[in-house]
Amino acid sequence: MEDFMLRGLMGGVGVALVTGPVGCFIVWRKMAYFGNSMAHTALLGVAIGFAFGVDLRLGILISCMSLTIILVLLQSRKTLSTDTLLGILAHMALAVGFIAVSMLETFRVDLMGYLFGDILAIGVLDLWWIYLGGAAALGVLAWLWRGLLALTVNEELASAEGIPTFAVKLVFMLLIAFIIAVAMKLIGILLIISMLIIPPAAARRFSKTPEQMAALAVLAGVFSVAAGLWASLEWNAPAGACIVVAASALFLFSYAWEMIAGR
Amino acid sequence: MNEARRSLVTAANLHLRIGETTILHDVGLDISAGEILTLIGPNGAGKTTLVRVLLGLLKPDSGEVRRKEGLSVGYLPQSFEVDHSLPLTVRRLLRLTQKPSPEEMEAHLDEVGARNLLDHPVQSLSGGERQRVLLARALLRDPELLVLDEPIQNVDVNGQNELYRLIAKIRDERGCGVILISHDLHLVMAFTDQVVCLNRHICCTGHPEAVSKNPEYLALFGKHAAESLAVYTHKHDHVHGSEGEILPIEPEEARHHHGGA
Repeated sequence: MEDFMLRGLMGGVGVALVTGPVGCFIVWRKMAYFGNSMAHTALLGVAIGFAFGVDLRLGILISCMSLTIILVLLQSRKTLSTDTLLGILAHMALAVGFIAVSMLETFRVDLMGYLFGDILAIGVLDLWWIYLGGAAALGVLAWLWRGLLALTVNEELASAEGIPTFAVKLVFMLLIAFIIAVAMKLIGILLIISMLIIPPAAARRFSKTPEQMAALAVLAGVFSVAAGLWASLEWNAPAGACIVVAASALFLFSYAWEMIAGR
Repeated sequence: MNEARRSLVTAANLHLRIGETTILHDVGLDISAGEILTLIGPNGAGKTTLVRVLLGLLKPDSGEVRRKEGLSVGYLPQSFEVDHSLPLTVRRLLRLTQKPSPEEMEAHLDEVGARNLLDHPVQSLSGGERQRVLLARALLRDPELLVLDEPIQNVDVNGQNELYRLIAKIRDERGCGVILISHDLHLVMAFTDQVVCLNRHICCTGHPEAVSKNPEYLALFGKHAAESLAVYTHKHDHVHGSEGEILPIEPEEARHHHGGA
């Protein structure tokens, strides 16, 4: 196997290990739009990173986490629903980011690159980012798991049983922002959001407990990465898009399985 | 219940405003072990808010809440809908925040009459089954105080009565205190020791019969409710020997019985 393929595979598997369990919570908590909004906000982060001469990941991280905190502050006023607030904030961030990028004359951002990324361009340093960042993210998720699951099942019950629901929710949102910030520059918006949503959705039909679904989502993610990379090599097609198509095919298969099994 | 009253939660002079709205105005109550207290009031009366204050989940603007030290609470939330995207069996639900053994789980499901549900998905349960499972889950915490927020929602009429009888049985056997939130005194009446009628302030409080005749209660719930209520208790005495007939009475029938009594 070529080196770049191996690095792409290792990077994709590393991403799948994290997005499986984290994505389950995004599906259970109906937060897909939040993930999308984070991705929109990332462009602003790219501009910030470039303008201040810092690592783009840091710029993305700052913009995504700021947006999360603004969202939480606005949510507490309870006048508008979360998806409306996200629709406002995310598009505002995208527009401001776009203006900022256009005003930085020396900077030509490769928007296609951010949208689709290039998993086959992952370098050794990037792998370190994925595995160390991923280990940190999984550590935080393991620490949150009991409380986050309890409040996902029923928030009132969780708070009555002493779980600090506000803090748990905030940390989880910041965790998503972190994952998107680290992964986006490497694999693109399309792939990171897809990896958060599609493998957990495919795993749902075959799971009886939350933990089973998280584990199966990891397997589905790893399979999608391997199948997608193989297909991209075989047909000389863009790797990231092939992975998304493979994951979607897996989801459709699980759906068909349910229809046939009649469950 | 001749033992000395063991107070579980005492609250006095509670005031709470959220934004411009006064939610609680000078509210106080006292709940003891072995006692069923029904908190009744129209929607938006501040019932759930009061309970959250009593449990220490919400800080009042002023007033005092005293809880027995180390008070263990079992809580049934007002609504409990688990999204279908989340695979969750009864077994996993019972082990969500605690680690009971399989034997404990089965024993507690038995206690609430919900055996054999252990491996069912939570989403497949009927309204009554779901409340029983949640009750079993609350009992696993060995609570001194059970707080049940509108426990009969989505439960059919027969199931409602069974559920209330189950709650009374649990109180008798375990000697725990019970706070029951309801917007309908009708069914709760026979199973309750003390009624607190709340409409952002305390309208009236006392034994169910006394409350049902209180002018403030009547103003809040209408004479009709009070009438069917009065008959209901009468009727309950009458059919106490044969089980399962303590059902809500049709308005006409109710008035008829009332006239005859």
